[in-house]
Amino acid sequence: MSFLYKSTFSGKIKVGVTGMSNIAVSERQKKEYAQTVKQVKPKPRLWRNVFWAFVTGGLICLAGQVILGFFRTQGLEVNAAGAATSATLVFLAAFLTGIGIYDEISRFGGAGGIVPITGFANSMVSPAMEYRSEGMVFGVGAKLFTIAGPVLVWGIVTAWVAGVLYYFFR
Amino acid sequence: MAAPKKNGMQTVWFQNPPVIISTASVVGPREGEGPLAKTFDHVINDPYYGENTWEKAEQRMMNDAVKKALQKASLQEKDIDFMLAGDLLDQIMVSNIAARTAAMPYLGLYGACSTMYEGLALGAMLVDGGFADKVLVGASSHYNTAERQFRFPTEMGTQRPMTAQWTVTGAGVAILAREGTGPVITHATIGKAIDMGQSDAQDMGATMAPAAADTITRHFLDTARSPDYYDMVVTGDLGVYGKRLAELLIKKSGYDLSGRFTDCGILIYNKAHDVHAGGSGCGCSAVVTCGYLMGQLKSGSCKRFIGVGTGALLSPCSVQQGETIPGIGHAVVIEARG
Amino acid sequence: MEFIRAFVVGGTLCVIGQLLMDLTSHKFTPAHVLVTFVSVGAIISAFGLYQPLVDFAGAGATVPLSGFGHILAQGAINGVKQNGLLGAFSGGVAAAAAGITAAVVFGYMAALTFKPRS
Repeated sequence: MSFLYKSTFSGKIKVGVTGMSNIAVSERQKKEYAQTVKQVKPKPRLWRNVFWAFVTGGLICLAGQVILGFFRTQGLEVNAAGAATSATLVFLAAFLTGIGIYDEISRFGGAGGIVPITGFANSMVSPAMEYRSEGMVFGVGAKLFTIAGPVLVWGIVTAWVAGVLYYFFR
Repeated sequence: MAAPKKNGMQTVWFQNPPVIISTASVVGPREGEGPLAKTFDHVINDPYYGENTWEKAEQRMMNDAVKKALQKASLQEKDIDFMLAGDLLDQIMVSNIAARTAAMPYLGLYGACSTMYEGLALGAMLVDGGFADKVLVGASSHYNTAERQFRFPTEMGTQRPMTAQWTVTGAGVAILAREGTGPVITHATIGKAIDMGQSDAQDMGATMAPAAADTITRHFLDTARSPDYYDMVVTGDLGVYGKRLAELLIKKSGYDLSGRFTDCGILIYNKAHDVHAGGSGCGCSAVVTCGYLMGQLKSGSCKRFIGVGTGALLSPCSVQQGETIPGIGHAVVIEARG
Repeated sequence: MEFIRAFVVGGTLCVIGQLLMDLTSHKFTPAHVLVTFVSVGAIISAFGLYQPLVDFAGAGATVPLSGFGHILAQGAINGVKQNGLLGAFSGGVAAAAAGITAAVVFGYMAALTFKPRS
């Protein structure tokens, strides 16, 4: 007996009864099924993921600190050294994405590879590279901003709101 | 009033069962390392297959599979009455462009990952209905083309949950004919789009399992057969967890498939591939059916199986709009003829 | 010592991102994580709470994308200090210009130079 039609079939079974095929799935059935799915679904390997996210993200930031220190010894002031560090990390991430290594880092390190600015660079390069076959305008040009676009929109709007609020309520 | 070749609610039976006179399969490098490697006709050694884009590579795989199938049956393009084909990309572009090269009267299909079985069912109807003498059915998918369309660019660092599946790179083609030698298609059960409220695009198994379970139980009801009538019950790409769910649901309906239930998505890869829940995509059921399962019938280790092509009917748009995902399953009974 | 602080704080921020993804069964995609970090970073920074973290952890606070939000917000606020309301429009992006331009230019060049593998 088809599990979706159990209740209907408890009476006389008449194959081909019209209307039978139009019985929609009830909310109760959906809930029951969601329970079953929950039981069968494997749990995410949370602790493992968290550990490697910590290590990967930590190492990228540590590398950032080393680069920052280097620029500071070259006589750059704090903000300029920070900007130079960002640019360097972005360059490295773009390069590692190009040679097919960065996606392995994030596959392994999860958010550890996504949250740092290197992950931001990866999210720009990877679609742009992949959609180059769609041309220089709609391919590379547009797809660079697939994920960077939303990030910039949210970042810029939030910062603007912060500035405006500061103007009125400082 | 009742259609003469319809059995029960969703099943059709074929008066002169169409013969699968030839099949061909072309797969990607990863599939070519898997446990079924020997059952495929051709393994490409690079996902680009010498082309500029992955889309072109997929088209070429499809064309190669068509050629190979024709060649095995000593047929030419003009001998085919209809070509039925589909894939996963927008507007089924791979099949459309492959059809341009094949130059046969062409009907494009989209049944997500169930396309091969949708094609086999429709093709068998065309042949048994007397509308065609020979029908070519094909389906293809490619890991990289599907991944960038449905999920993320492949070079983007993302983590895949354990339920995620790996789109098979492969193209499978079968030629159905009114007469000839080979296994025959005796029944087809057309599935309904069933939505049990699942919306996780990274867990297609859970989306498709109810549809597969429904089609399988419906088939048993419609034909008054029991599972032991079949040597194998094979689903398309439910994966490890989807198969477990389908098994549970089918058991609930009073049928026990134990020992004869398997899934193309589980068969095609081995553990070292790190594909998580298994293979998926149109190509998954297509190449496993055209390669491995046909081989099983030929060698006699399986006399008769019911194959269920499973599909998750989602689009990037429907996922982003928060639609839940309907699943579908189409069943086809294939028998070795004595 | 500054290296350990960068490692621990940076790692911890990434753990928050990991939890966002894993605890929402990946409904929270990497794009959502990045957007959340940049926005929340900007908000925290506007309340003056991010600068102490930067002082403490250095790159551990500036390299995660919340640091990018911090630069944008501080830029906008400093702009207002210097140019009044107009500064809210010019300050943020100006402060983050190096990072944005680096990402666009290097991203563009990488896209032209390399071909995706698989």
